[in-house]
Amino acid sequence: MIDWTFKQVFKGAGFLTIALLGSIFFMLMYNAFSFFSRINPIDFFTGIQWDPDTSYSIFPLLVSTFLVAIGSMVIAVPLGILTAAFLSEVAPEKLQMILKPVIEMLAAIPSVAIGFLGIVLLGPFISKLFGIQNGLNALNGSILLAIMALPTIITISEDAINSVPNSHREASLALGANKWETLFKITIPAALPGLIAAVMLGLGRALGETMTVLMATGNAAAIPKGFLDSVRTITATIAIEMGEVPYQTTHYFALFAIAAILFLISLSINFLGEYFANRLRKFDA
Amino acid sequence: MKKKLLHAFDWLLLLGSTLLVCTFLGIILWDIFSKGLPAISWDFLLQYPTDGMTQGGILPAVVGTVLLTFITTLFAVPFGVACAVYLNEYAKHSLFTNIIRASIRNLAGVPSIIYGLFGLALFVQAMKLGTSVLSAGLTLGLLSLPYIIITTEEALKRIPNSMREATLALGVTQFETIKDVILPKALPGILTGVILTLSRAAGETAPILFTGVAFYINGVSTSINQEFMALPYHLYMLSTQHYAIEQVRPLAYGTAVVLITLVFLLNIVAFIIRSKYRTQD
Repeated sequence: MIDWTFKQVFKGAGFLTIALLGSIFFMLMYNAFSFFSRINPIDFFTGIQWDPDTSYSIFPLLVSTFLVAIGSMVIAVPLGILTAAFLSEVAPEKLQMILKPVIEMLAAIPSVAIGFLGIVLLGPFISKLFGIQNGLNALNGSILLAIMALPTIITISEDAINSVPNSHREASLALGANKWETLFKITIPAALPGLIAAVMLGLGRALGETMTVLMATGNAAAIPKGFLDSVRTITATIAIEMGEVPYQTTHYFALFAIAAILFLISLSINFLGEYFANRLRKFDA
Repeated sequence: MKKKLLHAFDWLLLLGSTLLVCTFLGIILWDIFSKGLPAISWDFLLQYPTDGMTQGGILPAVVGTVLLTFITTLFAVPFGVACAVYLNEYAKHSLFTNIIRASIRNLAGVPSIIYGLFGLALFVQAMKLGTSVLSAGLTLGLLSLPYIIITTEEALKRIPNSMREATLALGVTQFETIKDVILPKALPGILTGVILTLSRAAGETAPILFTGVAFYINGVSTSINQEFMALPYHLYMLSTQHYAIEQVRPLAYGTAVVLITLVFLLNIVAFIIRSKYRTQD
């Protein structure tokens, strides 16, 4: 009887996770629908201005969000995969013992500290390098997000490269290919699904990051023309405006509506990542 | 010859990438610690901020972060461990467990600011807890839940099945097996995961923005129904919203040093527990 009771208690805790994801989804959708009952969804997606009280359009925020996140992936993906390849295929064990804690330390640094360095270090550097007044822009955010996404990308890529069976490498070497040809033409292509999963998880992290972009990208809510423009992402907009809006106003609901879009984007990227990770697992078997 | 050059280039590419990643960490730590350490003193850690935050210390922010993390632990650890126990010890592979696992993976990917909105809607407004350290701690607890479940389940998986079978064969019930054999044996692994999760929670800012953090409170937060100061938010405000940003820059650097040191200390504790545990096996 006691046994049965506790089993139900544990089962209840399991159910809680489903309930939690469900309630987050429901909360976002409920408030988003309240918003769309006041504002036409077509204007919301196709307008060009986010200017609370007059015009609610997610478009400039979406462009900003993706600009910064994709910029960060352009930096972090090659760097992360090459570092993972170095760790798993080249580095001797002793060097690995040093490098792994380095990557763990990088992962442990709070995002607000990275954003702080964007203001005091990277911002002035960018403004000097390009001769512009303000170094708080999309480029700044992309570099910082790349640094934050690197540990995720490196760790998962390394697992993916490690899970390629040794017989592949041996077959390639036996055919006369050298170590490097084997790495770039056999091992990395074979690990590709896992590498894509790593990139997806890194991208999901970059899209959802708040403090770094809030501090380092300048927060101008206009459609950016390039990486040297100030941008304002979805997450930063919520962080800036939610503290000041009265409850249950159109503006309040609008912030939940953009959060709902962000939630759906993260969810889809997670699913894509999982799909590719599963393909790697099948290849294992 | 050409081939050799090409290989040297490949090698440099891999080594260079790795070195660049290390350089990033080096620059971050060098800049923060070289400029922040001079600001650190007992007074800085143990005094209240004075003169509009331009002087004095960060005691309320340190206390606030510790209190916040404590509430997060109290809430997230029991639920997280219970869920992991259910998944690893009780549940068979079924549609229900597949849905739970998918939920956990997706919860881990939900942006932290969305947890903040959820905490605002659920704890602050619906449950009428107001903006308080309790609301913020519960919000961070929800955020931490998936990580605690994932790491606890990994710790449980490392326990050999023979131990479960041995105790069950002695006629001990499954609950007693879990309580007296499995959990004590998995404790170091669970603890490692919990500490790492908390180090992440302590550095989070976005989820507490709307749920209770304040730039300045009078005195130290003692009641869980009050607003509170926290280290990451303090750093954010000092570096972006203060009226004398240049003047308080040393204080901002000092706060960054304290925050990063706190997070690293937690990581080191987790690392020590983990390495002791590994050698035991």
